[in-house]
Amino acid sequence: MDSKRNSRRELLKAGAALAGGITLGTGGKAQAQHDHPMTPGSENASPMIHGSKEQIEYGQRSKYVTSVRVQHPIGGRPSPDVFGKVFHVATPLQDSVGVITPSSLHYIATTRGSFLPDIDPKQHTLTIHGLVDRPLTLTMDELKRFPSVTRLHFIECAGNRHNGKQKTVQDTHGMTSCSEWTGVLLSTLLKECGLKGSAKWFVAEGAEEVKGASSIPIEKAMDDCIIAYGQNGEPLRPQQGFPVRIMVPGFEGIYHTKFLRRIKLVDRFYMNYNEFGHLRPEDKELALGEQIGPKSVITYPSGTQRLPGPGFYEISGLAWSGGGAVKTVEVSTDGGKKWNRAEFKNTPQRMAHVRFAYPWKWDGTETAILSRCTDEIGQRQAMREEIANWWKVPFERDYRVPGLDNSVMPWKIARDGSVTNGLA
Amino acid sequence: MGSLNLLRVVTIPLLLGSLLGSTAFAQSPTYGVGRTPTAEEIRRMDISIGPTGEELPPGRGSAKEGAQVYAQKGCVGCHGAAGIGGLAPILQSKQGADVPVWKKERILPLRAPHATIVWDFINRGMPLGLEGTLTPNEVYSLTAYLLFINKVIPEDQVLDKQSLPKVKMPIGDEYGKPHQFKLNAPRLEGYPY
Ligand code: HEC
Repeated sequence: MDSKRNSRRELLKAGAALAGGITLGTGGKAQAQHDHPMTPGSENASPMIHGSKEQIEYGQRSKYVTSVRVQHPIGGRPSPDVFGKVFHVATPLQDSVGVITPSSLHYIATTRGSFLPDIDPKQHTLTIHGLVDRPLTLTMDELKRFPSVTRLHFIECAGNRHNGKQKTVQDTHGMTSCSEWTGVLLSTLLKECGLKGSAKWFVAEGAEEVKGASSIPIEKAMDDCIIAYGQNGEPLRPQQGFPVRIMVPGFEGIYHTKFLRRIKLVDRFYMNYNEFGHLRPEDKELALGEQIGPKSVITYPSGTQRLPGPGFYEISGLAWSGGGAVKTVEVSTDGGKKWNRAEFKNTPQRMAHVRFAYPWKWDGTETAILSRCTDEIGQRQAMREEIANWWKVPFERDYRVPGLDNSVMPWKIARDGSVTNGLA
Repeated sequence: MGSLNLLRVVTIPLLLGSLLGSTAFAQSPTYGVGRTPTAEEIRRMDISIGPTGEELPPGRGSAKEGAQVYAQKGCVGCHGAAGIGGLAPILQSKQGADVPVWKKERILPLRAPHATIVWDFINRGMPLGLEGTLTPNEVYSLTAYLLFINKVIPEDQVLDKQSLPKVKMPIGDEYGKPHQFKLNAPRLEGYPY
């Protein structure tokens, strides 16, 4: 009752002050100068940001949130390089929550560095030709008239390899990201064009300066490829292929051709510059470089972070697979002796990140934490030693996993709570 | 007998009609959105060169001409004289002739399984900053020059639509071939991880 009267008096006073000519915009400062104690708890703990045109038109994150992308790999080719090309840039997974990567923080990769085409969507068209009955050219407005799909999918770069030299989870695993993509199924468009039976592969080509192109099997085209124009509720970002890219769910990043301008249906494998870059001596290694294997990583606690002391922590991480949905994730808090089933924070979807967690009471002793997953087609994530054994090669410290590296990632926790790379 | 005949006379055309109707439906576009590009438009945009080179345009060139084009078109400024010493990737191997190709540098005109890929990449992506300005003759010449400095072809060999796809590349058949992709199947049969 008292407080009610007090606040009423405050309000009246403030009104009088306003009428007396005090200008707006001084915020909490003016209040702090009151000559009598304020209602306990009603003072502002922080400065107030006043509305502005920019704030209203396009929201910015807080100035206290400073998480940014970094060049990948550390010590590798810089982005931008001397020519102004961007090569590989990693997303800050250590700060991620949930499964969606903010579009501004989505990892970036190009075959061998690329400029960013500044495409006017009104001028851009997509043409489908080759082994079809009716070639088709679509403007972006026309593309959007077709029935659409909206799906969650990760994209991961083949360069997302972890080794003992890296420090943070951004360095070890930051070349994967997950977005909600909206677009038209490629199968819808290919049916519209009348796909010929002789079509076995298609070449997807972009509009950047090197016109990066990839060859993709037709089975994949008719299954789940998306000609995507939307990302996380808005048009694709330029760095993600504005105005249109192809999603090839579960295939390594390079196949997801950005700035898509042409799809050519062909009767055989066309080796483009992109595929040349992936050339390997062995068929087997090549096969392990197309579809992403089952993979998971703990993002908290992870390298360079520090646990303030013994007690409760929710271990949290991401799991994904190019083979389908993730089925199970297990976490070990004793260096891999005992494995415990982790819980999912969202429903696992095909070729999408899933957020997993495991509740843990740290007793303050030195240990290592690890995660591993299986997917719905029965593939499982393995330790590096297991993989070397399967290939019947001696396991060494710097063992290179053939194809894409989906091996288990350990984080070491020291007695002082500091977290470091368990492969170091 | 008479009535059966009558039945036949009536049903066969009906059946045929519905069959034709359904196939015609399957073949016609469902949405009718977009336009058909002209053959000329497709020819102009189709820069994908397959391993047999059927999309290659007419034209010709040899390493001798290519050396000149390499200097004139600014390749030398980024890739260095004869493909060594620039800021852009090297285009000539520094390794001896006896070193196996997989032990040599990853250089397109050396490691590519088909010479058509060299042609295709120069045509679509070089010279950086002025892409799409080379004539077919210039691309044939540059391809010949880069193959020559990597000791793949002799200096006087002329490359054209017929001879380019036939160039024997040093890698031969010693590279992994794409496997038959299967939906919802493990990456590699028998591989559990
Ligand atoms: C402005 C600099 C620049 C100029 C001029 C230039 N290039 Fe390049 N070139 C590059 C860069 C950079 C790359 C690496 C690929 C990339 O970043 O896209 C490259 C890549 C290449 C490659 C592929 C190399 C490989 O092994 O993967 C070839 C072949 C090539 N250039 C040929 C040429 C030719 C022929 C010319 C002249 C017509 C030329 N370049 C002019 C910068 C240049």
